[in-house]
Amino acid sequence: MEKRAVFSSKLLPYALLLPQLAITFVFFYWPASQALWQSFLLEDAFGLSSEFVGFENYRAVLAQPEYYRAMVTTVIFSTLVAAFSLSCALLLATQADKQLRAAPTFKTLLIWPYAVAPAVAGVLWLFMFHPSLGTLARPIRLAGIDWNPLLNGRHAMTLVVLSATWKQISYNFLFFLAGLQAIPRSVIEAAAIDGAKPMRRFWTVIFPLLSPTAFFLLVVNIVYVFFDTFGIIDAVTGGGPSGATTTLVYKVYADGRLGGDLGGSAAQSVILMIIVIALTAIQFRYVERRVQY
Amino acid sequence: MVESRRHRNLMAYLVLTVGVFVVAFPVYVAFIASTHDAATVINGNMPLTPGDQTLENYHRTVFVGTARTTREPVGTMMLNSFVMALGIATGKILISILSAFAVVYFRFPFRKTAFWIIFITLMLPVEVRIYPTYKIVADLGLLDTYTGLILPLIASATGTLLFRQFFMTVPDELLEASKIDGAGAFRFFKDTLVPLSLTTMAALFVIQFIYGWNQYLWPLLITTTDSMQTIVIGIKKMIVTQDALTEWQLAMATAVLAMLPPVAVVVLMQRLFVKGLVETEK
Repeated sequence: MEKRAVFSSKLLPYALLLPQLAITFVFFYWPASQALWQSFLLEDAFGLSSEFVGFENYRAVLAQPEYYRAMVTTVIFSTLVAAFSLSCALLLATQADKQLRAAPTFKTLLIWPYAVAPAVAGVLWLFMFHPSLGTLARPIRLAGIDWNPLLNGRHAMTLVVLSATWKQISYNFLFFLAGLQAIPRSVIEAAAIDGAKPMRRFWTVIFPLLSPTAFFLLVVNIVYVFFDTFGIIDAVTGGGPSGATTTLVYKVYADGRLGGDLGGSAAQSVILMIIVIALTAIQFRYVERRVQY
Repeated sequence: MVESRRHRNLMAYLVLTVGVFVVAFPVYVAFIASTHDAATVINGNMPLTPGDQTLENYHRTVFVGTARTTREPVGTMMLNSFVMALGIATGKILISILSAFAVVYFRFPFRKTAFWIIFITLMLPVEVRIYPTYKIVADLGLLDTYTGLILPLIASATGTLLFRQFFMTVPDELLEASKIDGAGAFRFFKDTLVPLSLTTMAALFVIQFIYGWNQYLWPLLITTTDSMQTIVIGIKKMIVTQDALTEWQLAMATAVLAMLPPVAVVVLMQRLFVKGLVETEK
């Protein structure tokens, strides 16, 4: 789509673009290309000299058992968060879609966690489930589980998944609700007249019509878990205990900052960039389809 | 529908009430913890009703700070967060409305290229290029400055895409009319386009304010002095692994304070928030 009527000026458009392009080049393309370049360099321990080593850093990263562990952690983490937050949000959205008088109030009461910073969300959940002082840790202990997310990797993962899910439900809820409200009433009424019970109406009429939204949300949720959960992980577990909650993004940070392995960290960054670009490409192919829909 | 409405609505109320309860519970617990004294919070037997230390705790948090961990009053941190969030939100709106104006309303060589250069930035969040960006900001002498906190985060395509999308829906007749009236590009922008874009701007502002306020990794890396840290990283620093050092009642008061501004923005400007959220994701 193009405008028919435009202004003719030789210099003005460039002047208008300049601020954004300048910032984009300095803080975006330059560092991104540095990351790319650095991933082919090996620095000595003091950072005084570096030599070009080709794909050596990539080979080293891909040979690390910890890297695969982080990959598995990321996959488990994203699957759990996406599954829980999407299903909870769908349940809440279908209920809020019924013509209730209090529906707008419920909507307001359900969407605000979007505004809570991931790190703060993590701290809230850590406090509730803190092994020695958490309000909810005691009932768990009384149930006979030796609850300790600070020492037990599985418990730490559970806590991180809960915090991340809690924060993401509001977002998914909002989009599911919008998707539901876009479904014409007449279609659902027609199914009802044909004798389809509510459950059957949901699975055969509503859910298929909602699937574009669900797919879009799935991609968004995966990207969310990849990047935005950094704050949660850093605040709740710091990647531990002993690496049990170290995701790919957290490993980039930990290796570069704590380990001082800039080349390896850069190689991991580049691999991550490729993953994100792939995810975004999938999303855009889908968005194209949605426009025709 | 055909089924009994009352029965179904009862179910809906039940599910939604449980949902609201689960969603609100962590915040409620944090608030309760911020109203008790340290001993009550630490012994693991905290009641679920408010205590009597509310004023004392919030006063200490905002004006004094924790004694043993961050030592910086949270008031300063909130100010830093405000400056950062406002800077990011206004900065993004400013640079992106200008670039969208250029891309939509002018024809010039490399127009498509410029658009793609901006567009690609959507794909790479700051997390994947964190160290090189840090190095550049350090080389420019911007560590521990507001500029360093704000500038790198306004380089993103979301705003440009949003304004571009909106400008496309502005009827061509408006431009033709103002051209007949003898208006140049600047007048058209100021008198026609900006007033029409106010809602879009406000929606983008709401989303970007929340985004800026909630930043974590970037301020964590580039602020080294206590007086420059934001509230979100301040909380993290208050919680240390040696339990004895953590003043949980103050940390929870800080958490409540950290949530208040962005949550208030979402609740009070819900319509704009929803609009912004739905449109920036398209």
